[in-house]
Amino acid sequence: MGNKKQKAPARSLVLQRRETMVSYLFLLPALFFFVGFVITPMAMGVITSFTDASFTNPEGTFVGLKNYTRLFQDKIFLKSAVNTVIIVVVSVPAVTAFSLWVGSAIYKMRSGIRSFYRCVFYLPVVTGSVAVTVVWKWMFDKYDGLLNYIVKALGGQPLPWTSSEQMALWCIILILFTTSIGQPIVLYVAALGNVDASLEEAAKVDGANDFQVFWKIKWPSIMPTTLYVAVITTINSFQCFALIQLLTSGGPNYSTSTVMYLLYDIAFKTTKEFGYADAMGVVLAIVIALFSALQFKVMNGGTTE
Amino acid sequence: MLKKKSMTPYTILSAVILAALAVFFLFPLYWIVTGSVKEKSDIIIKSGEMVKWIPTRITWDNYQRLFKTGTELFGIQMPMAIRWLFNSVFISVVAMGLTCATSSLAGYVLAKKRFWGKGLIFGLFVCAMALPKQVILIPLMSEMSSLGLLKSVWGSMFAVIFPVVGWPFGVFLMKQFSENIPSSLLEAARIDGAGELRTFLEVAFPIIKPGFGALAIFTFINSWNEYPLQLVMLTQNEAKTISLGIASKLSEMSNDFGLIMAGAALAAVPIIIVFLCFQKYFTQGITMGAVKG
Repeated sequence: MGNKKQKAPARSLVLQRRETMVSYLFLLPALFFFVGFVITPMAMGVITSFTDASFTNPEGTFVGLKNYTRLFQDKIFLKSAVNTVIIVVVSVPAVTAFSLWVGSAIYKMRSGIRSFYRCVFYLPVVTGSVAVTVVWKWMFDKYDGLLNYIVKALGGQPLPWTSSEQMALWCIILILFTTSIGQPIVLYVAALGNVDASLEEAAKVDGANDFQVFWKIKWPSIMPTTLYVAVITTINSFQCFALIQLLTSGGPNYSTSTVMYLLYDIAFKTTKEFGYADAMGVVLAIVIALFSALQFKVMNGGTTE
Repeated sequence: MLKKKSMTPYTILSAVILAALAVFFLFPLYWIVTGSVKEKSDIIIKSGEMVKWIPTRITWDNYQRLFKTGTELFGIQMPMAIRWLFNSVFISVVAMGLTCATSSLAGYVLAKKRFWGKGLIFGLFVCAMALPKQVILIPLMSEMSSLGLLKSVWGSMFAVIFPVVGWPFGVFLMKQFSENIPSSLLEAARIDGAGELRTFLEVAFPIIKPGFGALAIFTFINSWNEYPLQLVMLTQNEAKTISLGIASKLSEMSNDFGLIMAGAALAAVPIIIVFLCFQKYFTQGITMGAVKG
């Protein structure tokens, strides 16, 4: 660090200019795709959300905040927002706690067994949401589904699963859960492996039990990982889409519709009002950013050094 | 596996739970693969009869029905489903190549060079990464359609590739790996009179190679499974990927589970094999991407 600072003033203006030019040449290809296909559509989305653009009228005219005020009177949107919040509030703690448990159960195992488990729990992610969803659709099937077979074999009444307003959202949450824990487990295994072993030994010598070792030593040192896991799980749960589109199409009676699904439904299926759907996207993006910031605050507050 | 002294009831219990969970997580895949080779009578559950956990007889009927619609590619006749598989491979390979090339160059200069505007650019990359990528689906579609890409089969495939390449995760990951390049090596190459590109290829690249591998496999799998983008962009049948093709079969013939499972197997098995082969790199990529820079 100090070395660099000393050298900085010695660099000639020509060299500095040359380095800047070379750097931008190297950055150019990445910036082209980033600005062209991430930043531009983001800006377009925000602008369109203030218009009444639609499939038949792609340009649209400026309508101010009308789309945004309409959101809060739209019963279907409010219902979808509630469903989205339920998914996030259930799945984020469940995924975090479960993957932490699996991570701590496997990280001390022999490396072969450890990578076996890591693979198994990562498999649904690799398999892809489409293949995973279609096989669950079959298992949830009222007549030929495995789940009702098991329920009947255990002496119960067949359940309606995804065709019931009460159960459908929980079916979605279950599948989402199986496709969400792979990455957190990989992260926790790595983080737990990096916990300073000497601290753990010292605590044990001092007579701490396993629970105390976990709570006082491991938990604080894996805090950054927990935070990261909570944030990515939040972002993913808010964006849960493929499962819903393939399994229930938001039904029955909007009981599994989420903001992300409704946005797609409005933009591409039903009324094709791009402006209105973009307003939903903007609200969703803001909410996700707020949630992530909040988690950052809450969890960092817990470990003030 | 377990030290003798840690053989407590708790460790035994957790070993049992883990094994049960492993079965639960492997089962859907087992059900896809076996379902794809089951006869119709094995797929239907008759009341009073045992469910067929194992196919009574292996049949390729489901695949034959899936392959019934034909198409043509480069003058070769082939089933539509194989064309879909080709499209998945094409999209993933091109996205992988472009992402690796652009990200390793950008990550390298962000880690190792000093230049005007560096903080701003890196900040933009990081901020964009925290935002949900699906909310830009609608404007992306309008953009691609005004660029004229959605009119043709190949154009619409590139409409899926470009946003994947633009996503800043790769730049972020390669910056992490590039931090490991010793500045003294770069300095030595400069004194020896090596050009910037040669320095990058001959000095920097060998050091960031593991990161390159991690990013390659990560991008390949992610673009294979990037469903929402495919759903919006790939409207023509010939342009569909295997996942999207299966999804559309599901809405056409939702009761033919045998055929759907054959498609699901076709979508899942190749990517799982790729994953298992490059698993080591993959794990590295996930962990490196999470470390805060």
